[in-house]
Amino acid sequence: MISALPPFLLLMVGALVVPFLKGKIRNSWMLLLPVVSFVNFLLIPEGNHWVTSFFGHEIMLGRVDRLSYIFGIIFHLITFLSVLYALHVDDMVQNVASLIYAGAGIGAVFAGDLFSVFVFWELLTICATFLIMARRTPAALGAGFRYFMVHVAGGLCLLAGIILQVQQTGSAEFAYIGLATPASWLIFLGFGVNCAWPLLHPWLTDAYPESTVTGTVFLSAFTTKVAIYALARSFPGTSELIWIGTAMAAFPIFYAVIENDLRRVLAYSLINQVGFMVVGIGIGTALSINGAVAHAFNDILFKGLLFMTMGAVLYRTGKINATDLGGLYKSMPWTCAFCIVGAASISAFPLFSGFVSKSMVMEAAALGDLRFVWFVLLFASAGVFHHAGIKIPFFAFFSHDSGIRCEEAPRHMLLAMGITAALCIFIGCFPQYLYNLLPFPTDYQPFTVSHVIAQTQLLFFSALAFSLLLLSGIYPAEIRSINLDADWFYRKGGRLFYGIAERSFNRLNSWGDQLFVRRLPTALARFFVDPVDRLHTLFVAPYYKMIGKDVPADDSGRCERSAYPVGGGVLLAVLFLALMSFLFFL
Amino acid sequence: MSVSPNNEQTDTPPAQLNEKPGVFDNPRNVQRLLYIFYTCVILLFATDLIYHKHAIFPWEDRFGFYSLYGFVACVILVLVAKYILRPLVMRKENHYD
Repeated sequence: MISALPPFLLLMVGALVVPFLKGKIRNSWMLLLPVVSFVNFLLIPEGNHWVTSFFGHEIMLGRVDRLSYIFGIIFHLITFLSVLYALHVDDMVQNVASLIYAGAGIGAVFAGDLFSVFVFWELLTICATFLIMARRTPAALGAGFRYFMVHVAGGLCLLAGIILQVQQTGSAEFAYIGLATPASWLIFLGFGVNCAWPLLHPWLTDAYPESTVTGTVFLSAFTTKVAIYALARSFPGTSELIWIGTAMAAFPIFYAVIENDLRRVLAYSLINQVGFMVVGIGIGTALSINGAVAHAFNDILFKGLLFMTMGAVLYRTGKINATDLGGLYKSMPWTCAFCIVGAASISAFPLFSGFVSKSMVMEAAALGDLRFVWFVLLFASAGVFHHAGIKIPFFAFFSHDSGIRCEEAPRHMLLAMGITAALCIFIGCFPQYLYNLLPFPTDYQPFTVSHVIAQTQLLFFSALAFSLLLLSGIYPAEIRSINLDADWFYRKGGRLFYGIAERSFNRLNSWGDQLFVRRLPTALARFFVDPVDRLHTLFVAPYYKMIGKDVPADDSGRCERSAYPVGGGVLLAVLFLALMSFLFFL
Repeated sequence: MSVSPNNEQTDTPPAQLNEKPGVFDNPRNVQRLLYIFYTCVILLFATDLIYHKHAIFPWEDRFGFYSLYGFVACVILVLVAKYILRPLVMRKENHYD
């Protein structure tokens, strides 16, 4: 027995207290929670903890090994930084949802069985939906609803896979699964939805840019990275992942070039970066898994930083489209500087964090002689510099002067961005601290002469292409527009389904209305005006005609003495008894 | 969500604002920056002559491989995005409304 608490518990329970606190006390409480939770996390020794039994299956809430440990560290770190960034937010929904969301992410990473993973998985979905809808604009409500539907579908897929898996193997352990059975495919697909695989991805680019200024910072850190952790845990070395990841790294950069909403540009580049991690997991060597995990660690920081800077711009100016922004370096010089650090990190400039992790995945691809994959990843590296590295800072802070003059970001935002930026540079300069945390021991050397020069050449010539295209007017002008993506299928398809359902079911409904509400009661009413006489003319008279006798006139007064109803009742009773005896002796 | 509570934006064009012009308001500074950038690019391109590469793939050893790949990749990226992807997917902002 150990004295610490399960790693997710403090954040979740602490979040429930937040609604009762106000002002500085609430701020201190919210800042303190991730710190206390982190200390508690450090007290947990390696091994399996909090194991209980659930319908004969083992439930494990605290599996601490090298893979989960590094995710525990980065999740606590980004929770603290995001809370600091969001300190001004007075919205109870966001404050509670963000802390529970972080707790769910941590819970999922330390869960040792598939049932707990599923519970935390769904909790992530629910909290994320609140964080998106908390912006309370019609666009955010719509995007939140779509986010929820897609993730519920993914969650059900995962649940079906888990149930089948437990049925077949008899074990609910969250460990290596590998692609073999239908159950494993369902789990694979369930993870894939959260990982934003191509065609399953539009929930991300749809919803993240519609969330609140601070909500997006939280969102960018957890959902996809928990999926990366789950894939690294259950499907390392699955070759399908190499191709999925390559597609993820490549296609979003085309969208990012023509996208106008700068937070949506970042959402596309988030998929692009996750693509590198997915490739790393798919290759499955110690170097590539290390690279994937290290890149997840770095991506949480630099993508968080970029979303923070764009959030600060949105917070101060109320605008986020490239067409509306420009020239903000005068008003927001610090935010601009932090944005450039984030841009340099995501572009993998030497001495910035992306460099020390992306190169591991690239090298693993080269050592595995995956030529095509390597070329695409190199293309994606140049492309990410193009759209995230240059486009984001250029159109927000430089470009033409939009005439917007605003205050610099609030102090707590600057502090959060400053610490994150410092971490990006620190990891870029001293990668061994990160390497020591990786799942497999490594003596990887990122700073070889060839490597540094090659990467710098790639990036500078990518920048040269940007400058020349921009100066020559070929670079696509930012246009107020949206770009269709795979969500078209369910946004338009949903409407089509609604139209078809409306037409077919409403027609059925009106037909039923005609028959059962209008015609049938009218006919019955007509019948029961004089039921005995009707019985006589409708049934008795035809019967006599059929057997060739004369129809008896109702001279015996049968109608008046209600003989027909009694006779009818007897007939029904006889039929019923016959049926019962038939069923009984069958 | 409170967006821009301290919003001080104005529709006045920058020329009419009483403020110190920014560094990049002076076209000469932009030119200067570009010249520095071009110099760096040329120097980087030339470094391929003087150091020995530790390449995994044979083509990495070719003179100027990374420079050319970076340049060509980005030109293709922009051209494809502008002339192929945009006509296919770009719609008005109220497309889904």
